[in-house]
Amino acid sequence: MTNEELLEIVEKEAENTAKFRHRLGVCTGTGCMSSRSAAIVTELQAEVKKRGLENEIQVKKVGCMGLCAAGPIISVQPENIFYRDMTPEEAVSVIDSLDSEPLHEKMIDISEPFFYRQEKYALENAGVVDPERIEDYIAAGGYAALIRAITEMTPLDVIQEIIASGLRGRGGAGYPTGLKWSTVAKIESDLKYIVCNADEGDPGAFMDRSVLESDPHRVLEGMAIAAFAVGASQGYIYVRAEYPLAIKRMKAAIKQAEKMGLLGQDICGTPFNFKVDVRLGAGAFVCGEETALLNSIEGNRGMPRLRPPYPAEAGLFQKPTLVNNVETFANISGIIGDGGKWFARIGTAKSKGTKVFALTGKIKNTGLIEVPMGITLREIVYDIGGGIPNGRKFKAIQTGGPSGGCIPAEHLDTPVDYESLKALGSMMGSGGMIVIDDTSNMIDMARFFMEFSMEESCGKCAPCRVGTVQLYNLLGKFQQGEATEADLATLEELCDLVRNTSLCGLGQAAPNPIVSTLRYFRNEYLEKMKPSAAAAKEEAR
Amino acid sequence: MSGNTTIKTFVIDGNPVSATESETILDVARQNGVNIPTLCNMSGLTSTGQCRLCMVEIAGSNRLTPSCVTKPEEGMEVVTESPRLLKYRQMILELLFSERNHICAVCVTNGNCELQSMAQRLEVDHVRYEYLHPKFKVDGSHPKFEVDHNRCILCGRCVRVCDEIEGAHTRDLRNRGIQTLVITDFDGPWGESKSCTSCGKCVHVCPTGALAEKGKSVAEMAKRRQFLPYLVMRRKGASK
Repeated sequence: MTNEELLEIVEKEAENTAKFRHRLGVCTGTGCMSSRSAAIVTELQAEVKKRGLENEIQVKKVGCMGLCAAGPIISVQPENIFYRDMTPEEAVSVIDSLDSEPLHEKMIDISEPFFYRQEKYALENAGVVDPERIEDYIAAGGYAALIRAITEMTPLDVIQEIIASGLRGRGGAGYPTGLKWSTVAKIESDLKYIVCNADEGDPGAFMDRSVLESDPHRVLEGMAIAAFAVGASQGYIYVRAEYPLAIKRMKAAIKQAEKMGLLGQDICGTPFNFKVDVRLGAGAFVCGEETALLNSIEGNRGMPRLRPPYPAEAGLFQKPTLVNNVETFANISGIIGDGGKWFARIGTAKSKGTKVFALTGKIKNTGLIEVPMGITLREIVYDIGGGIPNGRKFKAIQTGGPSGGCIPAEHLDTPVDYESLKALGSMMGSGGMIVIDDTSNMIDMARFFMEFSMEESCGKCAPCRVGTVQLYNLLGKFQQGEATEADLATLEELCDLVRNTSLCGLGQAAPNPIVSTLRYFRNEYLEKMKPSAAAAKEEAR
Repeated sequence: MSGNTTIKTFVIDGNPVSATESETILDVARQNGVNIPTLCNMSGLTSTGQCRLCMVEIAGSNRLTPSCVTKPEEGMEVVTESPRLLKYRQMILELLFSERNHICAVCVTNGNCELQSMAQRLEVDHVRYEYLHPKFKVDGSHPKFEVDHNRCILCGRCVRVCDEIEGAHTRDLRNRGIQTLVITDFDGPWGESKSCTSCGKCVHVCPTGALAEKGKSVAEMAKRRQFLPYLVMRRKGASK
């Protein structure tokens, strides 16, 4: 595949698209599929055929359009109309409306902040391209960055662009991506690996799944560029088996890219080889930890290894390995295409670009959002999210899942970036955001996450294995109103122990939900405590 | 001996010490008479750093470091005992005691148990956590040995010795978290294992009474570990 051949596809696709008067896009992400969006596609296609409009109306499967609360969504182009809560029965009326009045009662108001406050970058193609057709991705400008990188740039050029972009790992820890790449590039080895971490396990997080389902080629392109930059020849995408649609689309995408010569041997007539395979995770949360993930790919029990040595030095099969998250890879093609500086114009001093969040919980606009770094939590909750439903009051927002913490109302004006969230005792995490209203009790929430960490602890080190169970039980005592002052002291001591002595990130971060609720909602713990013997005596008098 | 071995000098508890490239902080500490607590480490087996007792402080860093897997750096200042370390070590031991069933009075290794002597050494006189007392099965199907999972602290020594020294890899783990169990083959009865050579190495590296010889009564099961340094030495000799 050369650039000319790529442009030919772009032209052919543009011609093809231009012949349709109307183009209907139906969301076929997992969320909308569960509300019968596959049947909507079949219904629309049958109806279009019945009316003999195949050459005038295009019916296309697309990825996630973001506003999952309103799904299934149908988009109508070029009119730029979006219809909400569609059913296979109602879908036909969309065709009826095409050349007349739109269906006002079903229209989504795209002048709302949910749409204009977002900045789509990693999700640029989500909801636009058909994730099952490589031509569609190419027509949207896809693979141009890869071809540019391997034919016009040196690996060092590519790494310098990534460094200039200021991109940091989107898996949650925020390690500078350019630095990671240059480390792997510098280590000499006959074999190096690229691993895409798609083992998204946080409760309430679905960013990576949506990216894989909506735009799989974008991730592949990012991985291939990374492989070129660091000198790797084999890539693995480690996806959890709970994401069947993402797996199916990713596997199909790999085949298509191989067929077009964009993956495989001698890519674009250069000596660059890169092969990608999918590896499935069996559902252990700890396998999202990079060294446990590598163990799992190797066929071993998914338990974390000690670092150092870091994967960059001795990773998969003891070879230098670059491990990045799905969203990190999804940002790469844009950076190479538009330049690192262009990317770095968005965001704050230390956190550049945009971040995808899965906005869930007690919020009106549940869904997938992408916002510029530095946006405040208030804007996310009240502008984009549309506020709290049922007239309830905002209480806290939980970021970073079981490894993160909650942020109360008084800190709503905090800008979203790695450092600010960390300073508040939470973390960016991979991007789950759960909004909590005043009907929820913070001890319940902390215990929910502790139960998760306890069940997902791999059992290797004692502080995490036993500590999480004891923490969970102690929180149970608070729930029952049977906790004493000694229990509160034990709870805090134990949090400190688990955080400081656990072997991997899972254990080290497991106490965060407790520590942050103790920090901001200590009263809820105190209220639940059994009155001490002395206080009881006092009362009796 | 060639003259190009790189030697690093560093400090343990205020005393200057030296290390070769392959030695860990724990190795060097032992050579110099500093006995850093550990329950999972065993000289001759791969270090995994999982019991977290051998954590030490390194000057200039707030993070604790497992000494069994950390190589010293030139000029590093290591502290192996401090009030903070003692507190953490005691708490970890208490967690281990709370996890399963460690009632010394009825245990075959009473008086010969590493967990017990470690608790005595670190002056753990009570357990502030709720005893979890799970009910795991006892496997007595092997003619010579038996395994009582209720006394297991999941140090992984038996798994490693079987894999690395005996070469049988009869043992591995199943489940996760608090439910983790050391299993025989594909979780079958030990007595029916096809891979087990009945060498007994796992029994003798076990720090507690989880693995024991049959026919031993309370406090009769002393572990004999002399074979391990000998085998390791022979193996090193053979590879040279």
